[in-house]
Amino acid sequence: MTPETREFWASAADGDLSLSECQNCGLVYYYPRALCPDCFSDDVTGRSATGEGEVYSYSVTRTISGWPEDDLPLVVAYVELDEGVRMMTNVHADPDDVAVGTRVEVTFVDTEEPDVAIPVFVPVTDGESDG
Amino acid sequence: MSEEPVYVAGAFEHPTREAPESSTMQLHGECAKHALADAGLSKDDVNGYFTSGVPEYEDGKPTLLMADYLGLDVSYMDGTDHGGASYVSHVAHAVSAIRDGRCDVALVTLAGRPRSRNQATGSGSRPLRSMQDSFERIYGVTNIAMYGMAARRHMHEYGTTPEQLAEIRVAASTHAQHNPNALYQDPVTVEDVVESRVVADPLHLLDCCVITDGGGALVLVSEDVREDLERECVEVLGCGEAAGHHQAGRIDITRTAAERSGARAFDEAGIEPADVDYASLYDSFTITVLETIEDLGFCEKGEGGEFVEDGALQAPDGELPFNTDGGGLCSNHPGNRGGMTKMIEAVRQLRGEANEPVQVDADVAIAHATGGSIATRHAAATVVFGREDR
Ligand SMILES: [Zn+2]
Repeated sequence: MTPETREFWASAADGDLSLSECQNCGLVYYYPRALCPDCFSDDVTGRSATGEGEVYSYSVTRTISGWPEDDLPLVVAYVELDEGVRMMTNVHADPDDVAVGTRVEVTFVDTEEPDVAIPVFVPVTDGESDG
Repeated sequence: MSEEPVYVAGAFEHPTREAPESSTMQLHGECAKHALADAGLSKDDVNGYFTSGVPEYEDGKPTLLMADYLGLDVSYMDGTDHGGASYVSHVAHAVSAIRDGRCDVALVTLAGRPRSRNQATGSGSRPLRSMQDSFERIYGVTNIAMYGMAARRHMHEYGTTPEQLAEIRVAASTHAQHNPNALYQDPVTVEDVVESRVVADPLHLLDCCVITDGGGALVLVSEDVREDLERECVEVLGCGEAAGHHQAGRIDITRTAAERSGARAFDEAGIEPADVDYASLYDSFTITVLETIEDLGFCEKGEGGEFVEDGALQAPDGELPFNTDGGGLCSNHPGNRGGMTKMIEAVRQLRGEANEPVQVDADVAIAHATGGSIATRHAAATVVFGREDR
């Protein structure tokens, strides 16, 4: 965490996935940065994402040295948010239930620090979609 | 081109693949000594030095540490570090420095000992070291999982198959059987590859490069220096570099920055992809090769899978003979960085020094390297070499 990214992690701790929005050129981007990577404007504000999107790609890691065994197998993914932004993340699901194009929604994993939570995704289940 | 020609006069690939009793600096030194001897030059002739690191020592200043160790008196130093592509960039920068008159004998060295130091690339977690790591590595993503994602997306968009990726390993292994220094010298089949253990699906163990200790060096010289040498030299016809990255969230992991580095190198050399007789292509994973073939323009985007079928990559008669030393997939990937060995095999091909059954009748060869990860950010660097009498 840096001063530049503190707000992003704090938003996550409040249950909000925050994207950056440039007030000069309108770009919505991720990961958070003080300067817009398209136009270098520093007039950038946080903007809540809908938190929904679909799996752009993924891979399943079954062994990874230095990682808690309980978290394996691990689905590592790029999720394309409905805002168009692709972010690297985890999909917390049985690997057999994940495919390119699977609809997913954000959820947050708490950390030991109260002001930091980590956004991950779970498949949108029938009946809960568009909620 | 009116530019002054610059030549590769010396090349050396360290024969070791596991060096528990050597230091990394020693390997740099051995590579430097033999590459200079290959050129017919001595240490005192060197006035430009290029390296990107001594992996044991992570506090930077690699060129200075190595210039001290080697006892070099240099007027030009460059420690550009973007992973496996660094050394191809060093050659590009050395060409400019020589043309600018800032040096006339440029030495480029690489060495590393990941095999002896148990530094597997791609399979483990690692501490967060950059801002980006806190948006990537916290998710347990390893290098190979990133390339797995690239392969999955390529398969999704273009119908590429695991069997097509396997053809790349098959071609490399067919070549490696003629390289007595290759780590893996046994030819493998498509079945061997797709039946090997899944490491990060859809990639299998045999879709991954080797982990080796070792190193390599090149010596580049000006036209004036070249005139005094007996050695057959290879001319640097063109170079190109490019960076690929997240694009603020618009990343496309089916494409690499080879699209731009290759176009720049081909343009400077005044050639088309069809003019390339031999290609050394960075092969950290089979998917790296597949995307690179498309991005350099050897086929259309998405048609790489079809392109590599039916032995197109196999020397000497395939449409695009590649990695005739066995490449990083079978022979050598010293220091987890393959750009140097790519250039050395291209130089061997143009000097007629490749292993006999895989020697290609080549006037123009390229070497291409990818440093970093195609699924987050990477540098691409391409160099075009030509025979002097082409
Ligand atoms: Zn902007």
